[in-house]
Amino acid sequence: MDEQAIRLGIQELIGEYAECIDEDRLEDWPELFTDPYKYLIISRSNHDAGMRQGVMYAATKGMMLDRVLTIRQANLFEPHGYRHVVGPTRLKSVEDDVAIVHSHFIVARIMHSGETVLFATGRYLDRIDVSTPDYRFKERIVVLDSDQIDTLLAIPL
Amino acid sequence: MSQYEPHDGPSVSWPSNSISEVPFQVYTDQAQYDREQKCLFQGPTWNYLCLEVELDKPGDFVSTTVGEIAVIAARDTAGDINAFVNRCVHRGNLLCMKRQGNVKKFTCVYHGWTYDLEGQLTGVSFEKGIQNNGGMPPEFRKDEHALRRLRVAVLGGLVFATFSDEVADLEDWLGPDVTRGLLRVMNRTPYILGRNTQILPNNWKLYIENVKDTYHASILHLFLTTFKVNKLTMPGGVYINPDGGNHYTFAKHDYTAEDTEYKDAGMRSESDLQLQDSSVVDSVDEYGDSVSVQILVVFPGMVLQQVRNTIAVRVIRPRGVDKSELEWIHLGFDTDDEAMTERRLRQGNLIGPAGYIAMEDGFVGGFVQRALHYNDDGAGIVMMGGHEADSQPFKTSEASIRGFWKHYRMLMGS
Repeated sequence: MDEQAIRLGIQELIGEYAECIDEDRLEDWPELFTDPYKYLIISRSNHDAGMRQGVMYAATKGMMLDRVLTIRQANLFEPHGYRHVVGPTRLKSVEDDVAIVHSHFIVARIMHSGETVLFATGRYLDRIDVSTPDYRFKERIVVLDSDQIDTLLAIPL
Repeated sequence: MSQYEPHDGPSVSWPSNSISEVPFQVYTDQAQYDREQKCLFQGPTWNYLCLEVELDKPGDFVSTTVGEIAVIAARDTAGDINAFVNRCVHRGNLLCMKRQGNVKKFTCVYHGWTYDLEGQLTGVSFEKGIQNNGGMPPEFRKDEHALRRLRVAVLGGLVFATFSDEVADLEDWLGPDVTRGLLRVMNRTPYILGRNTQILPNNWKLYIENVKDTYHASILHLFLTTFKVNKLTMPGGVYINPDGGNHYTFAKHDYTAEDTEYKDAGMRSESDLQLQDSSVVDSVDEYGDSVSVQILVVFPGMVLQQVRNTIAVRVIRPRGVDKSELEWIHLGFDTDDEAMTERRLRQGNLIGPAGYIAMEDGFVGGFVQRALHYNDDGAGIVMMGGHEADSQPFKTSEASIRGFWKHYRMLMGS
């Protein structure tokens, strides 16, 4: 496959992911993943130490849909949104129609009051299915640089 | 009512001797906060330091804090666990900056003074000066200097320490009920699945009260009622030790219980929503006693939880009148197979900073703190289930919160 085309497809998927979350289209977010898959938010210190417990984890589309459902219906938190800025993206390899992609991100949190803070920085470690024109995440591990989370983490990063 | 000497300095005054009315200034007053450091964290209490398995080999150390004070726990060459303050005797520099590791000795970066694994001063750079010029005076003796030591006790693989020479041994201080509850959960060798820390914009006591509050869970945590995973009818109870501060509450998992109480109460939680994937709550009775929730608090700031198959230590660390660090230490056990580990990880969505039944606890203390801002006159009401702090066979009670204030007032001398 043409590497340039793969790069463009990956960029589109990563952009679509950030747009889904930041524009509050969370219902579309699970559609960006194959099923089953792995979605995990974990601190760098846990990840580097080989520990598996993160902050948010989904292994099936059902678990991801449940996360959206609870955000909408069952969890209470002060209204807020995110703005993702996804930085340099490295295509590490493509093998058996799976691209290994690493990218950097920062996420600002915008409270309903207008208060805006830098909420999270880190890396996305992705395995992306490029076998069909609609690229999908097989795995997205969100590695947070810091162990510390301000107050709570309601919305996926 | 105190058996301890009151410390100098002003503190918040209470409306009465009651433990069911709590003055709001206890969450906002700087002098009160300072006094807590002396009377509670450096007082006659046992504080969680780390897991015993983190100090597996001689030289293994963990640096942490007790209240605001930096403390090191280390295993020495004889195999004993020691704890001492993380402050060089020379100029007061922070001796150890790493969170965890293995060393033969501790060396201060500032002037190179060294300590053994028991905290004894063993080396002073240029002690004899250079070419007999300078150096320490002849009366200075290294063996007269050591890092301030804490008493250490290990129970159920958890390492505790106290600054107090007077406080009873750990198990006596916890009391038989709380000791039993701790050993029930920690009945195998644990390992750390991962850690998370939340920075909470509130006084540390607001979090501990929230943990001790068996009243709020079915109301604030809509997840439980939305998906009908918790019932007010679940049989359970509260054990509170005589001093009041240490307690545990438990609930059994009863699949047959009706949730008519919610319907009768006409609460907002009525819904027909279903989880798409129930693996987040699919649990096994790993203790064989039908208890699905056990929340245990060791006064002043440590929590041991079993929520279904999630096992965690939580430590609330004060970081100012209106700021706290809440660390979650998620545990598995050496007997876990891959299926059990995966079960714990999936259920991990219930707890922690993004927990379906924990997220709200992250903000609610901050909401209280915000409401108290320059508005802290008066006292809160903690009368659900009476005015005392006794063990009770039901959970619609604030008895364990009153237990906290009973112990608190005794140690604070007010």
